[in-house]
Amino acid sequence: MRSYIPAYDLRVPGSLSEALGLLAREPGVWQPFAGGTDLMVLLEAGKLPHKKFLSVAKLDDLRGIEVTASDVTLGALTTYAEVQKHPVLQAEFPLLCAAARETGSVATQNRGTLGGNIVNASPAADSPPALLVYDAEIELISERSARWLPYHGFHSGYKKMQLASDELLRAIRLPRRAKPWRQYYRKVGTRKAQAISKVCFAGTALVENGVIRDLRIALGSVAPIVLRALETEDAMRGRIATPTVIAAAKETLAREIAPINDIRSTARYRLRVAQNLLEEFLSQLAK
Amino acid sequence: MSETVSRISIACRVNGEPRRVQAFPMARLLDVLREEMHLTGTKEGCGEGECGACAVLMDGAIVNSCLVPAIQAEGTDIRTIEGIARGEQLNAVQEAFLECGGAQCGICTPGMVIASVALLERHPHPTDAEIREGLAGNLCRCTGYQKIFSAVVRACELPNEKGLGSP
Repeated sequence: MRSYIPAYDLRVPGSLSEALGLLAREPGVWQPFAGGTDLMVLLEAGKLPHKKFLSVAKLDDLRGIEVTASDVTLGALTTYAEVQKHPVLQAEFPLLCAAARETGSVATQNRGTLGGNIVNASPAADSPPALLVYDAEIELISERSARWLPYHGFHSGYKKMQLASDELLRAIRLPRRAKPWRQYYRKVGTRKAQAISKVCFAGTALVENGVIRDLRIALGSVAPIVLRALETEDAMRGRIATPTVIAAAKETLAREIAPINDIRSTARYRLRVAQNLLEEFLSQLAK
Repeated sequence: MSETVSRISIACRVNGEPRRVQAFPMARLLDVLREEMHLTGTKEGCGEGECGACAVLMDGAIVNSCLVPAIQAEGTDIRTIEGIARGEQLNAVQEAFLECGGAQCGICTPGMVIASVALLERHPHPTDAEIREGLAGNLCRCTGYQKIFSAVVRACELPNEKGLGSP
């Protein structure tokens, strides 16, 4: 049943300092949101508990894509549509563009934001695996401070994260890599368009003469959080992706992910698909 | 009964006209359009952003109006299905839907037309893949989609001055 609409209080702060002030004075009371593409679904389902919301969608300090020689910084309000259109992201961070293209429909991509995708903290979100394999960092701001931290480690458990109740996610920073890393992204859902992931896999690797010098692997929908497969990475670092090595890596991956049965898929299917995607990624590195 | 808030005044442009309505801040734009402005061409399908029946253009970009809280419509420029034709003159997309039989029961049609207009504004000569991607957010339970797809292809061949641009 739909929620009782008059019970929801919403505010649109005119400035970032006004928003941070409100969060500082009444911590935990105001829940920030941007495009509303998840929030409004919960509202319709009658599952939206908080009664006070802060629309940050118009705060310019949280907007824009800035490119320097060393990195690309995306405001938290960057939409999926904006990600797809950006030439530097297309050229150097194609996995993020692929994730943006495969998240919802065009209508959702026009409203949904990268920052929202992070703090909504769904383990099935599609942009976090890409952000993880690019070594993304995030900036959290409050009246007290502004701090940058690695995105890896931000999510600590299902819907749990290192975000204080007075903090806002301001930006996401992607370091530009000097060397050409190989890149791989694949989302598996019930159908090709507009389906929530059963498994989402992102991988990047620096390969020299067939040897994997360094790599990153991240998966969505196979654990309570979007996960870096650190043990699998360690098992492959410095190796050549031969069939035997790949077979061992698939066993390692099985030990570090924890897929479940739910409405969208089964644990068994997710494990098999995750392993197959790993094999597809690694096999391409051998070529 | 929990605490309630008052209606707020929201000003925006709808189909070129400045409008002001009183609505609860969390009211869905969909309901504001239909119930306060009596623009009932915008339909409710799923109410959760999956089906696209409630699609409108907001500042030129397609959005699902069931997922937009009224307070975020403040200051925006909205085009609904009622604003796609110019008076009696249909938009090329609408002409093509008629010509190709792109509608059956009609519930998805306003959203399909909006999605097609948005697509052709982004890609005036879309590839087959771009058409499929542009319509992926709109569900139809009647047509099997092929006639809708054909209508978009046909719309690209019709003269542009039938209104592909802004009103």
